[in-house]
Amino acid sequence: MTNLVFAELSNGKLRKTSHEVVAYSCKLGPTTAVAIGQADAGELEKLGAYGVTKVLHVNDQRLNNVFSKAYTKILVEAAAMVGADTILLSHNSAGKSIAPRVAVRWNASLYPGVNSLPENGSIRKAVFSGKAFADLTLGEGLKVITLNPNSYKPEITGGSATIEALTINVADADFDYTVLSIEDESGGHIPLPEAEIVVSGGRGLKGPENWGIIEDLAGALGAATACSRPVADIGWRPHHEHVGQTGITIKPTLYIAVGISGAIQHLAGVNQSKVIVVINKDPEAPFFKAADYGIVGDAFEVLPKITEAVKKLKSEG
Amino acid sequence: MKLLVCISKAPDTTSKIAFTDGNTKFSEAGVQFIINPYDEWYALVRALELKETLGGTVTVINAGKADSEQIIRKALALGADDAVRIDLDPADAYQVAANIAAYAKTEQFDIILTGKETIDYNGGVVGGMLAEMLDLPYVSMSSKLDVDGTTIKIEREMEGVKETVQVKTPCVISAQKGMAEARIPNMRGILASKTKPVKVINPDVTVVKAGVKVFALPAEKTGCKMISPDDAAQLVGMLHNDAKVI
Ligand SMILES: Cc1cc2nc3c(=O)[nH]c(=O)nc-3n(C[C@H](O)[C@H](O)[C@H](O)COP(=O)(O)OP(=O)(O)OC[C@H]3O[C@@H](n4cnc5c(N)ncnc54)[C@H](O)[C@@H]3O)c2cc1C
Ligand SMILES: Nc1ncnc2c1ncn2[C@@H]1O[C@H](COP(=O)(O)O)[C@@H](O)[C@H]1O
Repeated sequence: MTNLVFAELSNGKLRKTSHEVVAYSCKLGPTTAVAIGQADAGELEKLGAYGVTKVLHVNDQRLNNVFSKAYTKILVEAAAMVGADTILLSHNSAGKSIAPRVAVRWNASLYPGVNSLPENGSIRKAVFSGKAFADLTLGEGLKVITLNPNSYKPEITGGSATIEALTINVADADFDYTVLSIEDESGGHIPLPEAEIVVSGGRGLKGPENWGIIEDLAGALGAATACSRPVADIGWRPHHEHVGQTGITIKPTLYIAVGISGAIQHLAGVNQSKVIVVINKDPEAPFFKAADYGIVGDAFEVLPKITEAVKKLKSEG
Repeated sequence: MKLLVCISKAPDTTSKIAFTDGNTKFSEAGVQFIINPYDEWYALVRALELKETLGGTVTVINAGKADSEQIIRKALALGADDAVRIDLDPADAYQVAANIAAYAKTEQFDIILTGKETIDYNGGVVGGMLAEMLDLPYVSMSSKLDVDGTTIKIEREMEGVKETVQVKTPCVISAQKGMAEARIPNMRGILASKTKPVKVINPDVTVVKAGVKVFALPAEKTGCKMISPDDAAQLVGMLHNDAKVI
């Protein structure tokens, strides 16, 4: 495989998912990276650590937001320039809007949301909302692959990359739409789909005023916070924290569920987490069946103890 | 407004997932099928709301075999005017998109709506493929949609960021939570649905680009390690030393 990988920038910084997909691509074959929009000084050089030798940078301020059409044009033209047969992106919001266009324009086969490296002529993705896997047949021709966030641990191989300016003629007609405003709802925290650790609260917490214990534990762990659907629906927590079948799907290495019963629609959004901890006062709560570690107890007593122990662990370094 | 809503048939979320034929086919035994939730609750209902306030028509389209009839009737009962079924057992996203695009080219739709993803294939890509095939703007992950003449204002929710954008018709939009509230069909709708037209057409494109070789089920959890609430602090040591996740 000769690869072109899209390294997404957000406010001048590479996203965590960009590191993942660049490392994944380098593992598959010789790789050239493409970055689009404004980048902070020294940021793109960091990609060399995963084995990329060349980063093509389209430094066009009009492209600081993701526009699927314009980005598609850049990726397809860059792929032709470097002679790539595979284009890789992350399976996040940007990747999901660009990759299908790229696949069609490039006349390639699309492998959306894969989880691991190809094996025996196929490549694995999660299907049925995390309840099963499908191995997709890898064809001969051009391919577009999108990698699920938090599925591949980037390996640092060392090395350095040279940055080359790339100019692609992007016209007005290449913009899908005009952006009127952008509102950052993350409060400066790591976006939930990218978080390695997530602490999540359900209706068992009784009210929004009790979220302090969730935030304290999340703070101590450097984790993002999430919630069950009723919690977002009643307005205890913002909608973008709602995980599950109707909310967002996440795949952290550690998911801590507090006062959440574990309904199947909730599990659909979190069942791909590597390790699941459940804290619930009801020993019959269905969530325990999907958990790796469980504590039957009152969240208000249990959580502060855990937070203390995390702080102690961190202070011991 | 002339609206097209792409609806996919999906197993109800509570379905047991099993496979047959050497793990190459989803086992449909005892499975209840529904309209893919994002397609129904958000894309279709918002399309119906737009029709109610602005006038026009809502057509639903499905790539599926005759067993899609039931979900198509449900969409008609909810208020869609007519339906198109592309007689195809879809093997990948490309097939679905190519055939819907071929149909869409024969009509002039102002907005083509899809769900953000299917809950069985979890691709999230058919909308983007359609946009490219039809050379239209694509606004994915839309959680709010308002129409003013030929201008559409959309809010998109992505990775902790809310983007408000403005796009011109015709365009392709993928819908997620927030765009509308789920509806239940009423008796009148159900009766009316029985006589609404469903056009069955043959697929234009049958090539498979990235089909499923085999399915697999994840390894069963080996059991949950229970910790007494009095020893809650020990959890941290286990997560650090055994699971190595903190
Ligand atoms: C079509 C459909 C789609 C849905 N989509 C989603 C979705 O995307 N995401 C989602 O989350 N849900 C979804 N749901 C809802 C889902 O079925 C459940 O109703 C919901 O997940 C329950 O939320 P909960 O666990 O917070 O609340 P509850 O079910 O009320 O559970 C609260 C839990 O807290 C425990 N508890 C109470 N007090 C304490 C305490 N002091 N300490 C510790 N534990 C305590 C209780 O034992 C209980 O298990 C969907 C439902 C449908 C029908
Ligand atoms: N067989 C199908 N027939 C009609 N629309 C579909 C079909 N499959 C997918 N779609 C539409 O495309 C969206 C994204 O699907 P996917 O890319 O498979 O996750 C769905 O939410 C539907 O709106």
